[in-house]
Amino acid sequence: MKDLGPRETGMSDLVAENLTVALGGRPVLARVAARFRPGEVTAIVGPNGAGKSTLLACLAGLRRPDAGRVSLGAEPILGLAHRQRARRIGFLPQTPEVAWAVDVETLVGLGRTPHSGARGLSDADHAAVRAALDRTRMSDLARRDVTTLSGGERARALLARVLAGEPSWLLADEPLAGLDPGHQLDAVDLMRAFAAEPDHGVVMTLHDLGVALRLADRVLVLRDGALIADAAPLEALTPAVLERAYGVRAAIVSGSWGPLIELIGRVDD
Amino acid sequence: MTRRLLLLAGLCLLVLLLSGLSLMAGRVWVPWSAWTQAVDPRWAIIFELRLPRTILAMAVGAALGLSGAVMQGYTRNPLADPGVLGVSSMAALGAVMTMYLSLSLTTPWLLFGAAMIGAGIGVAVMLALAGGTGGTITFILAGVILNTVASAGVALALSLAPSPWAAQEIINWLLGSLADRSADDVWRALPFIAVGSGVMLMLGRALDALTLGETGAKALGIDLNLTRVLLAVGVGLASGASVAVTGMIGFVGLITPHLMRPLVGHQPRALLAPSAAAGAALVLAADILVRLTPSAAEVRLGVAMAAIGGPFFLALLISMRRRLA
Repeated sequence: MKDLGPRETGMSDLVAENLTVALGGRPVLARVAARFRPGEVTAIVGPNGAGKSTLLACLAGLRRPDAGRVSLGAEPILGLAHRQRARRIGFLPQTPEVAWAVDVETLVGLGRTPHSGARGLSDADHAAVRAALDRTRMSDLARRDVTTLSGGERARALLARVLAGEPSWLLADEPLAGLDPGHQLDAVDLMRAFAAEPDHGVVMTLHDLGVALRLADRVLVLRDGALIADAAPLEALTPAVLERAYGVRAAIVSGSWGPLIELIGRVDD
Repeated sequence: MTRRLLLLAGLCLLVLLLSGLSLMAGRVWVPWSAWTQAVDPRWAIIFELRLPRTILAMAVGAALGLSGAVMQGYTRNPLADPGVLGVSSMAALGAVMTMYLSLSLTTPWLLFGAAMIGAGIGVAVMLALAGGTGGTITFILAGVILNTVASAGVALALSLAPSPWAAQEIINWLLGSLADRSADDVWRALPFIAVGSGVMLMLGRALDALTLGETGAKALGIDLNLTRVLLAVGVGLASGASVAVTGMIGFVGLITPHLMRPLVGHQPRALLAPSAAAGAALVLAADILVRLTPSAAEVRLGVAMAAIGGPFFLALLISMRRRLA
């Protein structure tokens, strides 16, 4: 990747340089370099075990890479105080755990943890929680016990939890997994709206290539921990890249509403 | 919020009433009227015997209740408490070692130190054994291992005891009791229980964030290493000092958060103060009942708590099984 001078470095760009992670001798990430800019929704795709979640955890500052580094603007992310980092980067884990039967409002209030003091939530915190509930259309369910929610409602509540923290970056690990098509679209709309705010950006890992193709501004393709494509969706998800990444033959066809990926079959080797 | 404050005020009132009762109740019933006349010889019973006992019952109950709430919050496991996870046994092992070496009589503070260090090591080992994954099962398994090792150590000390009296002393202490504690015991235990409880009360934010799991808490800016250190120090000091002064009293930490959840909800932070107050009330009430039981020798508090706690634990398991089914 081209080395950018300090003048071209965006104030709130999220930059990964030379990220390398090994687990038990097996390389999980190999020299991954990428720059994420505000205003964009970036999708990270790749086969199972390609290192998508590890890359996202490194970007969120939750995992220390064996080599390389992630910076937010001019600062290395691991050099930020935990609270500062948490205020700027909202992270939505894959299959998030909710250990106790708290109500939705309490759950969403947890998103304020990086802002709140020892005495609990302030008026400003409560306002942010209400705004997040409104945005995700969860206000009516605010008093409901989280354990009684349906899968779609639960996913919305957890997204509201991240939004309540008012981060500038939203990093989501498989946010659409397990959602029906309607709820998938709702979630994508929310993330697009989030990225449209000034100085905000979204990075998410995805399994569904169709969603990546149509709804992301940019797609990163990982295979065995290495970045094999980083471009606009149609340029990244080419038949050649898909064959290299997944070992499948595919064609990009134009459907009535936009491009579609048509799976033809396994590459026989 | 106001409901929680009301509940807390109610619990404090209950503790106050029970401590008044605790000063009056026992073999010799000392009515309220005797308190005002300093010439009454029963005055000595109150101040020399029942006051230290009452203060210790409150402090130990609060420490154990709070430790239970904190440990359940950290492990996200409603079955956790210092007893189940082996912290109390490790404290007991530390204390028994000083008894075995006959150090406890000459330098009583050594017993306290050893118990608190044992409890702190217990928490640290539990955290290390459970690892970063923090699964519910791994914590319980870590507790089983700690309990086994600690009981083996205690059994070893018993079997190698230098004299039958030393063995008798160890056994009597292990059963758990508040009888015949002096003001000295209060002064030795109280500061550590207070500091440990203060440290645990600082953990509310982190425990709340852990509702979202370890990754979730980390993403919310919680320093998990600091949380673990504070947990080990807080639980170590408070439950270590409690075990040192009373011996083994189980189930308080397990029961109180469960009694409070229907009243204040499941949020870990909201449970801390009520669990401490309810723990104090529970141990006070149990200690009064123990004193009022008509039997030749006083029933041990540890035994009485186990008699209450066993069926409670069973009911808890049955209700959990029903929920999972």
